[in-house]
Amino acid sequence: MLRYLLEKEFKQFTRNKFLPRFVVIMPLMATLLFPLIANFDVKNVRLVIINHDQGQASHQLIDKINSSGYFKLEHFADTDHEGIFYIESENDDIVLEIPQDFTKDIYGKKNISVMLAVNAVNGTRGALGSQYLANILNEFNSNIRLYGGHKPPIDLVPGFWYNPTLAYPIYMIPALMIMVLSLICGFLPALNIVGEKQNGTMEQMNVTPVKKGTFILSKLIPYWIIGFVVLTVSMIVAWLAYGLVPIGSIGLIYVFASVFILSYSGFGLVISNYATTVQQAMFMMFFFVMTFVFMSGLYTPVENMPQWAQYLSDISPLKYIMRAIRAIYLKESSFYDLKNEFLALCAMAAFFNIWAILSYQKKV
Amino acid sequence: MKQFLMFAKKEFWHILRDRWTTLIVLALPILMIVLFGFGISTDMKNSSFGVLNPQPDIVSNEIVDKLAQSEYFSFYQNYKNEQELQEAFRQGKIRFALVFSPDFYSKIGKMEGAQVRLVADATDPNSASTMVNYASGIIMEYFEGISQGRLTLPSIVPEIKFLYNPSLDGAYNTVPGVIGMILLLISAMMSSVSIAREKETGSMELLLVSPLKPIVLILSKLVPYFVICNINLFTILILGHYLLDVPIVGSLITIVILSEIYLLLSLSLGLLISSIANTQLVALLVSGMGMILPVVMLSGLLFPVDNMPWLLQGLSNLVPARWYIEALRKVMIMGLSITAISKELIILIGMMIFFILLSWKRFKIRLE
Repeated sequence: MLRYLLEKEFKQFTRNKFLPRFVVIMPLMATLLFPLIANFDVKNVRLVIINHDQGQASHQLIDKINSSGYFKLEHFADTDHEGIFYIESENDDIVLEIPQDFTKDIYGKKNISVMLAVNAVNGTRGALGSQYLANILNEFNSNIRLYGGHKPPIDLVPGFWYNPTLAYPIYMIPALMIMVLSLICGFLPALNIVGEKQNGTMEQMNVTPVKKGTFILSKLIPYWIIGFVVLTVSMIVAWLAYGLVPIGSIGLIYVFASVFILSYSGFGLVISNYATTVQQAMFMMFFFVMTFVFMSGLYTPVENMPQWAQYLSDISPLKYIMRAIRAIYLKESSFYDLKNEFLALCAMAAFFNIWAILSYQKKV
Repeated sequence: MKQFLMFAKKEFWHILRDRWTTLIVLALPILMIVLFGFGISTDMKNSSFGVLNPQPDIVSNEIVDKLAQSEYFSFYQNYKNEQELQEAFRQGKIRFALVFSPDFYSKIGKMEGAQVRLVADATDPNSASTMVNYASGIIMEYFEGISQGRLTLPSIVPEIKFLYNPSLDGAYNTVPGVIGMILLLISAMMSSVSIAREKETGSMELLLVSPLKPIVLILSKLVPYFVICNINLFTILILGHYLLDVPIVGSLITIVILSEIYLLLSLSLGLLISSIANTQLVALLVSGMGMILPVVMLSGLLFPVDNMPWLLQGLSNLVPARWYIEALRKVMIMGLSITAISKELIILIGMMIFFILLSWKRFKIRLE
């Protein structure tokens, strides 16, 4: 029985002009383009300098800032007012004001205060940009003053593990693959049963002797297979376009993905069972997908969220899969390392699919 | 005029009668504000860190304590060797680690130097930089503290003033973006779908043979969405203000003028889409793919436009929401006057006229 139902689903799928192309083109475009867009890199911080100092030290400082690679010197200004004007109208980020007698004081024994006015509308950019600048000032200070025989008492050596160049796309690509996977394997099942309801074919299905479980399974398996296609396309594109291959086991990625797709498609089917029109299903799905995506730690780590939001994120299957795939891709985590995530995903897959079977009523 | 109002009322009933649509239209802004406000949180708190310290001593223990006491970090566990440390990173138990060199205490201040490695899980680059910066700040401060008796280096003290957003709250950036997205979503997507539904169910034919002028008919369909969007605009402003503490620094009148222009622009976009789409599904897909996706991706709502490659930056110039969000940030967060956003206003008005003319031209009073 299941075989014929599956045959029907696949025939419907391949007969559709739009869908088969969609499941190839969507992950292709998304893996190609999203990493270029979803980029929170803080680079090229736009700088305005007000220099009240005539000496050479200030010029050395400016050279040092320029050569650091983080900053783009956009304007020189004479007054605070002019500096702020550049922030407001030219979208500059930081105004650095070097005080009078900077050169004289740095060779003397005085503390020097340097004013930084930071455009903080974008909090991350403001915070990181000013931290970079403060570090440069600090380093400049100890370089100039070091020959006095002082050396910092200890060496602080930053170590950036798993992503030494701090490249943003490397962080985003594995997670974006999962996002695309979740969009396709979430929305398509959600629209499927509702589509049958609207076409009236659901009523015909209800009068057949097909069991509830078999029916749900026949809806589930096609998306499972489609999900593998989507994931494979994404992984190939990530490799060809960005040279990103998982350090961890590829097989493990598929193991996690297979459980995740089951849970997510199951969820889509639950929505589909409750909705009566396509529009309703779309909006309900949109509502939940938005919540799941934002609570998953895709953009910012879950740990930064307020406590209640962290509890909420526990019920998002996306959180576990994002964590797992990033860890496998970048940190070579093993199955043992990620067993909690795996169990959580299994529990969710069981929960949503049982719910899907129970909520499917064989009546109109 | 009376007919016009009657039809607008009918459209209102249509929306309110469908429980789900009503709920989504009114609850969506609230959900978005909560998600964007709390889900995108850039302030780092309580990152768990591990310690690898072969020979613990007073100084290194105090450094660990200082880090553990700060609001940015919380101590997780001591590790015996690098293998254990790596395992903890792989399992996601810690995001940061302090690795002390052997003989740390005896080497402090000596030539070859005592070394502390500040190891961050750099899969998330921004969090990693932030953690390393915070930790080195805390450790340097500690050493300045203990060496106060001795001669210390005079330093350059950066006096940092964060303009417009002193607490570095992520919501300041996202609330204007959410407004730009919601207004477009509801006015363009919902209105085009609703017109397509009338076509699909055949009730459009009935309406077209009625004595009502087709243009009046269409405008009356847009009125409810215009009203709802205004409600949403104020809902978001109020929620943003009281729930997320995002201030409204600039003039409210400027914000309203700007938003009404943007709303008219979005409604004319909706009209344009409905003139193309004959079914709800097509209308949904066209507005979803053609508008929602570019708005989320290219408008600077979430992802900074400056970081994109030039081709995408060029494309983002064509997205109306980009200009609206930019102008709204300037007025609402930075408190600039209407003259400072004249460029954005002119672009938005230009686009609005273009879309109104285009949808006017494409508007058909006959069905195929």
